[in-house]
Amino acid sequence: MSVATQDTAIRTGRVTRTLIYVVLILFALFYLLPLYVMLVNSVKPLDEITGGGMMSLPDAFTIEPWKQAWASAQIGVEPTGLKPYFWNSIKMVVPAVAISTVLGALNGYVLTKWRFKGDTILFGLMLFACFIPFQIVLIPMARMLGLMGLAGSTYGLSFVHIVFGIGFTTLYFRNYYAVFPTELIRAAQIDGAGFFHIFWRILLPSSGPIAVVSVIWQFTNIWNDFLFGASFADASSQPMTVALNNLVQSSTGVKEYNVHFAGAILAAMPTLFVYIVAGRYFVRGLMAGSVKG
Amino acid sequence: MAQSANADLKTRLQNWIPKLVLSPSLAVILVFVYGFILFSVYLSFTDSRILPSYGWVGWENYSKLWRLSHWEISLTNMGIFALLYITLCTVIGLGLAIFLDQKIRGEGMLRPLYLYPMALSFIVTGTAWKWFLDPGIGLENVMHTWGWESFKFDWIKNRDYAIYTVVLAAVWQTSGFVMAMFLAGLRGIDNEILKAAQMDGASNWNLYRRIIIPQLRPAFLSAFVILSHLAIKTFDLVIALTGGGPGRATELPATFMYSYTFTRNQMGIGSASATIMLMAIAAIMVPYLYSELREKR
Amino acid sequence: MGFLDIDNATKSYGSVEVLHNVDISVKEGEFLVLVGPSGCGKSTLLNMIAGLEDITSGEIRIKDRAMNGVHPSNRNIAMVFQSYALYPNMTVGQNITFGLEMHGVPKPERQKAMREVAKLLQIEQLLDRKPGALSGGQRQRVAMGRALVRDPDVFLFDEPLSNLDAKLRVDMRTEIKKLHQKLGTTIVYVTHDQIEALTLSTRIAVMNGGYVQQLGTPQEIYDQPANIFVATFMGSPAMNVIPAKVVMQEGRPAAQIELPDGSAAVLPFSQDNLVSYEGREILLGIRPETITDPDSADRKSSNIAELTNRIDVTEPAGSDTFVSMQLGGRDVISRMRSDVPVQPGEMFTFAVNMEKAVAFDPQTEERIQQSLA
Repeated sequence: MSVATQDTAIRTGRVTRTLIYVVLILFALFYLLPLYVMLVNSVKPLDEITGGGMMSLPDAFTIEPWKQAWASAQIGVEPTGLKPYFWNSIKMVVPAVAISTVLGALNGYVLTKWRFKGDTILFGLMLFACFIPFQIVLIPMARMLGLMGLAGSTYGLSFVHIVFGIGFTTLYFRNYYAVFPTELIRAAQIDGAGFFHIFWRILLPSSGPIAVVSVIWQFTNIWNDFLFGASFADASSQPMTVALNNLVQSSTGVKEYNVHFAGAILAAMPTLFVYIVAGRYFVRGLMAGSVKG
Repeated sequence: MAQSANADLKTRLQNWIPKLVLSPSLAVILVFVYGFILFSVYLSFTDSRILPSYGWVGWENYSKLWRLSHWEISLTNMGIFALLYITLCTVIGLGLAIFLDQKIRGEGMLRPLYLYPMALSFIVTGTAWKWFLDPGIGLENVMHTWGWESFKFDWIKNRDYAIYTVVLAAVWQTSGFVMAMFLAGLRGIDNEILKAAQMDGASNWNLYRRIIIPQLRPAFLSAFVILSHLAIKTFDLVIALTGGGPGRATELPATFMYSYTFTRNQMGIGSASATIMLMAIAAIMVPYLYSELREKR
Repeated sequence: MGFLDIDNATKSYGSVEVLHNVDISVKEGEFLVLVGPSGCGKSTLLNMIAGLEDITSGEIRIKDRAMNGVHPSNRNIAMVFQSYALYPNMTVGQNITFGLEMHGVPKPERQKAMREVAKLLQIEQLLDRKPGALSGGQRQRVAMGRALVRDPDVFLFDEPLSNLDAKLRVDMRTEIKKLHQKLGTTIVYVTHDQIEALTLSTRIAVMNGGYVQQLGTPQEIYDQPANIFVATFMGSPAMNVIPAKVVMQEGRPAAQIELPDGSAAVLPFSQDNLVSYEGREILLGIRPETITDPDSADRKSSNIAELTNRIDVTEPAGSDTFVSMQLGGRDVISRMRSDVPVQPGEMFTFAVNMEKAVAFDPQTEERIQQSLA
């Protein structure tokens, strides 16, 4: 996104400007509100929340809810906390992100620099696959994962995420490589470089920025997925989002809101962290999925 | 490049290696996406219940589906949700983008604040809003302890209003992203056009209404496509926020399909509903993708 | 048989033929320039020689070896691109030697070749830099170095100077010409700039609409353009094309041209073969520099005709002044020395060197061949 501030021709009066600032700040508060609620309530004892103190800063600061959410809260039937599910998510995300990004890079390279008749239609098919309501593939996918022996495993989830991620990663690399000068490819061809040589020596060294976009996008999407996790994982392979939902929705016992909030932050932490350190790449990823094909 | 028969090895390799490289991805997508779509569509014409079964029943599942009040509620909710969600996100997104585009000091700080919700899982968003909106411990309770005894805000527990809390949480999550799309569009407008319009004596209001907003057409289109597609797919948020309740007050087609297929063991009807969702998304995405990908060679 | 033969080559995209039956034979050491407006097919033809685009029908041979279907790297050619196409992630040295590396040349030899080329092009001090840190002119040199190091049979240049500013373009033009004279290599060079074509080439192929309009030496192209397209495309300002009528004057054919005041000027032709056109309309082609004031008229010419006409506009351009007038209902430009006293609106006597004039058939737009006596 080209948000480098440039000289805007529009001039506004002082009253209007004040009004604009007020609105902007109000919205900032609106967006911050849930984060604030989660943060302050994750570090206070339960009775402070139930006693009507949801909006107040904690009287008695405690990190006990975090410890519980991480290591001992009741998830389903086991009091394991979110920890094992956090690792499930990691095990699912890392291979899925890596493989879908590599495939996306190769596909993007083929679709821009080695075009052939009908390639755009094929790309359209790949891209549309990202936008389908995934409900339409749940039933056969569940059976197929069973047949492949991947049911109820993080590998199975990785596989599903690769299938539905290829379209996006291909889109990113295709758009990026589309503006990569074709003359460079031609020069390399005349120099005698073949398909993989050109990719490895000419394109890949310049692909850093888009690889970051692709990795961040895939990481965020896969980490945040719930539908596939809920449909295809068993108790031992559930990802973080499913575990968090189980924690929050469990109907037995007292509702430990502070633990829920701590758990929610734990589930949000990796993607928030990525967003904070590489926000502009994240935004670019979001935009690429929308602005142009 | 179709080559004559006497092409050398290197030329021939160069002709089929790219296709070979593309083929694994294509094969996987053809089987696991399009093959599965066909399979699901086929199931929607069968008497499948807990497991797929291949007894052909024609349109029976569809006619049953359209008679179900549960489905009708889902569709009505979808209508309300999609309309409000798309409108509010667009209005808020455009408004914030225009305001942010006024050489705002601190833009660099505000922008990430508007955008970060998009990085969160809908499950996290749902959890946060679920307890904040809960009348027992959330906003209502807080107001009461602050002395506003008559304050009442129980939408999330109220059958008539619960769907609006889903809208609220969804708008919270996505409107910042729409803002970013519009902001990029605004920054892409040629400043000289704006200066020319000011020379012509256009007021700020007219400048936006007549010159700037019409030029944001592509951003509007993209926002609409992205938002409507997200709306139809909304699933996790409802699960985490309301679980479809109270009662069935916040059921959406996505949650309907899930519960009919996996908890009520009505796979045929579930598949029929998924097929209808697919058709709805295809009706929006296919023309959009077609226009975006049309040959610009 | 030439060194590089383009034999009846055509190129189609689907059902659209973009290049029609091109026949060009290039001799060893020749500098052939393909010139024409954008979309004329010149770059397509160059890419076909390079092997970057396949040939729909016909044949291209280098040193009598058919090149159809041969991979670009196996044709022993080198190419300099418009954007230079330097690999951004490699240093200048790596850019130059990449082709040798791909062809399996051992490192010591690569380094030796690189140093020789760098010396030749005076880019030795740039070898460790990345292309991003170079100026336009330096990139241009590196791109040429990359081509030279391969010691190819044929050099292909695709508008190599069009990204440079005007001054640098002239310098590099001279440089390329020097290099060609020094190394005696065979070059095919694509440009849309007719001055580049005239200055650099030993032969020019003027292209338009996928056809070679004329193939000849710069002198032939300039003096005897095959048709109106070549006549107006080559030369700046363009050749004046004036509607005229062939009349007989003192037993010789002459061009009768309508003046703005309703009278007519009669300019006798040098050649007699237009007799058969008596009474017919033709288009008379006169280059601006052959219309002067009477004092500056070419003394070697045997046929200077004079006409008096009103000056419309004068455009002083330093060394020359361009003077426009109306002839045969068209704007006609003449090129005067700058010290000739000309004022807009005044009547002025122009001297036309009819020895250099050419005539075109208005229907076919082809030049009427003047079988020289």
